[in-house]
This record gives sequence, C-alpha cells and structure tokens, in this order.
Amino acid sequence: MRERDLKRRMLFDRLFKGVVIVLASVCMLPMFLILFFILKNGISCINWEFLTSLPKPMGEAGGGISNALAGSLILILIACLISIPLGVLAGIYLSEYRKAGFTYFSRLSLEVLQGIPSIVIGIVAYVWIVVPMGAFSALSGGVALGIMMLPVIVMSTEETLKLIPDALKEASLALGVPYARTIMKVILPAGLSGIGTGVILGIARIGGETAPLLFTAFGSPFMGLYIFKPVSALPLVVFNYATSPYPSWHALAWGASFVLVVFILFLNILAKMVTRRWKAQF
Amino acid sequence: MKLPEGTGARTIPPAADRAGALSARGAAGAYAGEIRRSRTLVSETAFRRVLYLAGISVIVLLAAILASLFIWSMPAIARNGFGFLTGTVWDPVTARFGVLPFLAGTLMTSFLALLISLVFSLAVSIFLGEYFRKGIASSLVKTGVELLAGVPSVIYGFWALFFLVPIVRFVEMKTGVAPYGVGILSASLVLAIMIVPYSASLSREVIGLVPADLKEAAFSLGATRFEVVRKVVLPYARSGIIAGVLLSLGRALGETMAVTMVIGNSNTLPKDIFGPANTMASIIANEFSEATGAVYLASLIEIALVLFVVTAVINIVGKIVIVKMSVET
Amino acid sequence: MKNSLIFLVLAILSFTGTGLAAEQQELTGAGATFPYPLYSKMFDVYSKEYGVRVNYQAIGSGGGIRQLINKTVDFGGSDAVMGEEEARAAGAPVLHIPTCAGSVVITYDLPGNPEIRLSPDLLADIFSGKVKKWDDPRIAALNREVKLPGLPVTVVHRSDGSGTTKIFSDYLSKVSKEWKEKTGAGTSLNWPVGLGAKGNPGVAGLVKQTPGSLGYVELIYALQNKMAYGAIKNRRGFFVRPSLASTSAAMNVALPDDMKVSLTDTDALDGYPIAGLTWILVYREQAYQGRTEAKAREVVRLLRWMTHEGQKYAEPMQYAPLSKKAVEKADALIGSVTYNGRAILK
Repeated sequence: MRERDLKRRMLFDRLFKGVVIVLASVCMLPMFLILFFILKNGISCINWEFLTSLPKPMGEAGGGISNALAGSLILILIACLISIPLGVLAGIYLSEYRKAGFTYFSRLSLEVLQGIPSIVIGIVAYVWIVVPMGAFSALSGGVALGIMMLPVIVMSTEETLKLIPDALKEASLALGVPYARTIMKVILPAGLSGIGTGVILGIARIGGETAPLLFTAFGSPFMGLYIFKPVSALPLVVFNYATSPYPSWHALAWGASFVLVVFILFLNILAKMVTRRWKAQF
Repeated sequence: MKLPEGTGARTIPPAADRAGALSARGAAGAYAGEIRRSRTLVSETAFRRVLYLAGISVIVLLAAILASLFIWSMPAIARNGFGFLTGTVWDPVTARFGVLPFLAGTLMTSFLALLISLVFSLAVSIFLGEYFRKGIASSLVKTGVELLAGVPSVIYGFWALFFLVPIVRFVEMKTGVAPYGVGILSASLVLAIMIVPYSASLSREVIGLVPADLKEAAFSLGATRFEVVRKVVLPYARSGIIAGVLLSLGRALGETMAVTMVIGNSNTLPKDIFGPANTMASIIANEFSEATGAVYLASLIEIALVLFVVTAVINIVGKIVIVKMSVET
Repeated sequence: MKNSLIFLVLAILSFTGTGLAAEQQELTGAGATFPYPLYSKMFDVYSKEYGVRVNYQAIGSGGGIRQLINKTVDFGGSDAVMGEEEARAAGAPVLHIPTCAGSVVITYDLPGNPEIRLSPDLLADIFSGKVKKWDDPRIAALNREVKLPGLPVTVVHRSDGSGTTKIFSDYLSKVSKEWKEKTGAGTSLNWPVGLGAKGNPGVAGLVKQTPGSLGYVELIYALQNKMAYGAIKNRRGFFVRPSLASTSAAMNVALPDDMKVSLTDTDALDGYPIAGLTWILVYREQAYQGRTEAKAREVVRLLRWMTHEGQKYAEPMQYAPLSKKAVEKADALIGSVTYNGRAILK
C-alpha cells in the first residue's frame, strides 16, 4: 500500500512539473505568434520609400510613414524634456528624504500615477492644453506622454540612488564639497546606468502608447516637427490603418508595427547593455 | 577612490578660516571665506528647496488630475446623479447617461481575463521561481514574458483583430452562436495575454524568496516537489501572488486600445460572453472627440473619473498587500 | 552638459519658430468619414497646386462639430446639420457649405455576393433586431431569385458620432414611425442591436469580415472594397441601386438658402432614397480667438476651390457633384463669410 501511495504521489509530482512546463511554454506562444505575424507581414513593406515618403490619399496604394516617424520622435523628445529633469530631481528627493513628512505621500502619488489608465491622462492633457490653446498639438501629446513617463523615471532614479552607499556621499561632503555639487557631480554620475536604464525603459513604454494621443496629437498626413501643430505618430498610424478595410493600408499598418516593435526591442536590449556596461560597482 | 572634481581646492576649510582672522590678510581671507560659505549655504538651501518642490510636484500633479476630472464632470454629476451608476441606457440623443453597460463590460472582460491569465502566470512564476531558476530555459521564459509586457497595446489589438477574432468567429460559427468574432470573449483573451507578465513577475519574485530551510524541512520529511509547492511555497507566497493579481487587475481595467479594437462596440448591457460590449475605457476612446453637448462630454469625463478612482483603489490595495507582506518577512 | 542642454533648447525653439512662421500655410479640419476619400484626394491635389496644407482627420461628423465648437480646428466636416444645442454651444452662426452628395448604401456579406432588394419597413425592422435571420420570409419575398442562407443577421452600425448615421436614421425615421419613436435620428444613437465600428472604414471592414453581417456605409467604401450592396425601394415604389445617377437625381429638390436640407426619402422617380449632402462647417465671422485675416482668406479660398475646381474629382469617386443651383447657393454662403464684419471675398 505504501508503494502504491508513493507511486501515486510521484506520478502527481511528475505530472505537475509537466503541466507547469507546458503552460509556461504556451505562454510564450502568443509572443512568438505576434512577432512572427509582424515579421512576416511587415518586413515585406519595409523599403526606402516606406520609410521616407508620406501617406497617400485614402484607397490609393503605396505611401509611407515618414511623418509618423518624425512625429513619434518629437513627441518622445517633448515627453523627455518634461519628465527627465523633474523626474530625476523627484527621485533624488525621495532617496534623500526617506523618512520625511510628505515622502510617504509622494510615493503613494507615484504609485497611483503609474496606474492611471493612459486614456484618462489623454483626457487630462486635452482639458489642460488643447482646449485653452484652441488647437491640437504635439505639445499636448508630449505632455500626456511625459506624465506617463514621470513615475518610471522617478522610481528608477530612487532605486538607483538607494543602492549607492552613503559612504560616497558622506566622503564627498566631508571633503567640503557643497551639497548640491555632491549630488549632481558625485552621486548622479555614479547612478547613471540606473537612471539611463529608467529613461530608456520609460521611452519604450510611451513609444507605443496610442490612447493618450487620440485627442491630443490628433494625427496629420503631413510632415512637420512643429510642437504647436498636430502631428502623426507610429501607434496612431497602426490604429488608423489597422481598422480600415483597405488591404493596402493593412500592409502599411504591418510595416509600422514592425518598425515599432523593432524600436521597442532595441530599447530593451539597449537598457540591458547600459546596465551591464556602465553599472558602477561598489 | 578618485577625488571627484571640483572638491577641496576652492573652499576654505573652516579651521584655517578662524586662524586667519587674526591677521589682516587673514581677515580678507576670512571675509572671502564667509562669502564663499554663504554662497555655498545659499545654493544648498536653494537646491534643497528645489528638491522639496520636485517631491511635492508629484503630489500636486496627482491632485490636479483628480481636480480637473472632478470639475469637468460636474455638469454630468449634477444632471445624472446616482442614477448614473445604475442606469443601463446610454442615449446621447435624449441625454440619458447610465454607465452600467460599460461597468459590466469592464468587469466581465477584466475578471474573465484574470481567470484565464491566473493559470498561466502561476505556471510561469512556479517555472521560474521553483524549477528553473537559472539556465537557458529560465532566461528564455523570462525574456519572453518581459517582451510580452513590452508590446504596445495597439499592436496587440491589431494582431488580435487578424488572428484571434477569426478563430473566435470560427468557433462561434461551429457552435451555432452568432459569428461576430469580436466581443467580450475576444477582448478577454487578448487582455489575458497582456496581463500575464504583471502578475507573473511579482509572483515569481515572491516564490523565489521562500526560505530554503522551510522547503528543505518539507523535503526531509519526504514530500514530493509538487507537495512542497502546494503546501509550503504557495501558502507562503500567497500575499505576493494576491498582490500580483491585483496589479494585473488594475492594468486590465484601464486597458484601452486592444480592447476597443476587438470588443464590438455596443452600448447595450452585454448578455453573454459571445456578444459585443463596451468597456469604460473603450467608450471614452470611441465617443470623446465628438461628444457634443456639455452633459455628454461631462458624462464621458465622469466615466474617466470612475475609472481613475477604481484603478487607484485597486493599485493602492495591491501595494498595501505588498508592504504588509514585506513587513511580515 | 550645460552646453548640450542649451543647444537642445535652442533646437526646440527653432522648431517652434518655423512652426509659427508657417502658421498661414496649414489648415486643420476634422469630421465626417463619409466624404473622406474625396476630401483626402482633394486636399492632396490642393496642397500640390497651391502649397497650402490641409490636415483633415476623419473622426466622424460628431467629432467635426465638437472640434469646431471648441475652436480647435479651422473647419468641420459633417453630413449632419448642427442641432439646436450644438448651434447654441457654438455661440456664433456656423455656415453649412455643401461640397457634394453621396449615398448611404446597405452593404452585406453573403456567400456569392448576390444583389439584395430591401424595402423601407424591412430595413427598419432589421436594424431594430426584429428580423433575425437571412432566410426570413420577408426578405425572401423580395428576393425570390436569390438563395438566402440560414445565417443570423449581424447588424453593424457606427460606434462614433456619425453624419452617415444621421442620414440613415433620418431616413428610417421618415419611413417608420416606430423607429422614430424608439430610436430617432441623430449622429449617435442608442442602437437596439448590433456591433459598432469606428468610421465608415470600420463598418466596411467589419462587414467584410463577418459572414451574414449587414451595415450602412457611403457608396465609395463598398465600391473600393468590392462589397455587395442592396437596392432600396424608394417612395415612388421603384427599387433603386445607389449610383452616381440616382444620387444626383435625389439632389433635385428645392434648395434652401442655408443649404441645410435633407435628401432622404426623395420624391424623384429614379432617386436613391438614402442620399445626403455633406457640408463643410465654418464660422461666418472668422475673426475669433486671434485668427489672422490671412488664415480666414485661406479658408475661403479653399471653400471656393472645393465647390468649383475641386468638383471634378467627385464623379470618378461616385460622389454626385453639386448641381448648378447648389453651387450658386454655396457661392452665396461663401461670399457671406466675413472678417471683422467685412466680407472676405469681394
């Protein structure tokens, strides 16, 4: 009886391991499917014309995503300008004043900010910028993306700075270096890899966001890098073309998806390399 | 350790300062030192003030977002009242706005997605936390799950539209249900795939943190791996797993693009999972840019407010669970 | 690092600088997807000929009206006339300048793409969910030569605020009292049944992929996607196929000065019953919110071009160009656009 009992338990054990492996592998399936789909359909559209020309009128074949690339670029630039200075400073604050009064509320606010659905942030940017300005603009889109990027920057800065031993800061202060200089020229450079990783991952996060751009950046069939005018963006192009009935536009959407996915993959790999190369060892 | 630049040479050590006060040249030196020290002190307080401001700015930002949402939805709150939350009719023509269909759509898709993803995320976290902590299999699965999290929502929606929806449509045709293809089922499926990474990563961490001696004690008593996982690891990691589930729930509730593309966009109360519906996020995406009429627009913003509050509460609860759990360990 | 920061700021500023200088040369419009194929062709040609870029985003007529009221765009595109509440929200008179007429066709996905005939009350009942299957006796009665499958009817309607919806529901309200009471006419309706899709392209796409589905789109969308569409019985009792000719016939009605007229349920013998005009909406007084006179002049010039030289692009896309009388009325409306009280076009 003990034998049978034991055999049964061992069977379950092996079964369980098998089930876990199978389920975990099945999880990988969508990933491969998506990548496969995008690669198969998208790579055939990628050519020089696709990357450098403007979209054609509805229903006509051909066209490209050059304005979407430029638009995404300027949106990311504006988002970085807004979120990096503020985010790094806030991260420094949180790591320096770990026990202070409103640090707790700051952290709480960050958690909540990070969880806000992107479409709600899009509404906020519409209400704050588009309506008073009377126009859709890259600025409003960049602000929305910046708000989304902020928690990522703050948290990665704080985490990085927390890991730097206090001894470094104290040694610098003991030598008479002013506080501001200590932070900016001693501590920050030591944490550069972590902060850089945070920035890269933040960009990877907002690069593919569509919802906040729906009523802020608005989209545009033209090329332009103006921050006070509407602008196109890669995710917008994917959304608009994917939901259309034209096979030629579907092809464009695949191509744009391909570019987007490659871009995000590249950023993720870059982040890993930055961590490995530049991480200061203590 | 190398001396960082800009240190030492330009600031006068206090001790020398005091000694120099005794001579005329020392007085000049002291004076110069005082200026430099006060300039140092000024820049320090200024810098600290800047840091305070940066720290506060996050709180101010959140408060401003909440305030804006509230103010802009006032016309709707005043007009619709509590009937908003229970009303089943969303009729812009007669200006009757009830959010129940979208609340139902959101809850149905999110919970169905959670159910589906739970099995997989548990499997992944046990895979990575127990069986394959290192090695090729581990990095493969880990990278795969990370990539899942990195794919933008709109691409998920695009892929689902061309891959998942036809499959669901085929299944629906075979089972005799109306072959919509789009609907709650498709939306839940794609949501489930999207939220697996969130619960998986947190659960994996917690499962990996289970003390080895606890497990070894169980092993020494003759337990199989399966029994150890079932009776020791999972109960120990329970709160972490719950926190992960809450986090992925928060994500599922607010997900917009992928859901909008495959949910069928119907403003009626969903009857079953094969039918079309709308979630709170997708109705906003559909109708925001054209809501004419102050109450219409304000009603949509009221939905955004509800969404904001719900996701915020769930995220906070999740974080509290995590904090409590780390305190316990 | 300080230097690179300064450089970055200067670079951004120079971008905005060029943006401000180029302000005169870009117009923004938003609205109807109904005429979007035509507009995107027109604006493409216009920008190549005159160097003025027109950025038109097809977000639906409701969106066009809303953004015009918010004054975030230079003009709106709509197939629905602005309602009372919208006109009040706009605060100032808004001109409705017609650009062309189109037909709302009933398109469907059936095996073999047969031509189906439908009558007004049948249409209303399908969209109310009363007729649930394709082999329903009422559909079969009108289509004896077609073998109708036993598929369930999947209604597809618009999920966004749409002038196409307004035209269609306006027609249904005229031919079915029950529809008028239960659902009514408007750009966003409380649809009894059906799936929603975004924009005319969305509806066409969904119908194309869903077997047994049926939806309403502008003619060019069905043509461009090689989809089947039905003949509808008009008021005179004839089953009319939507086409350039039947749309133009429907436009043969008395046109009021403000051009806010509905063409549905036309009395013309060979007129297609679900046709409609589409308009460009602009404020009559263009000096608002700091707009320059140069910009106002650009808007007026665009409107003139669209109603004259641009008309030749309508026919190849199966849109009915404006009749002579319509162009006269349009001219009068465009002539009444003012800047600070003075007419722009002399």
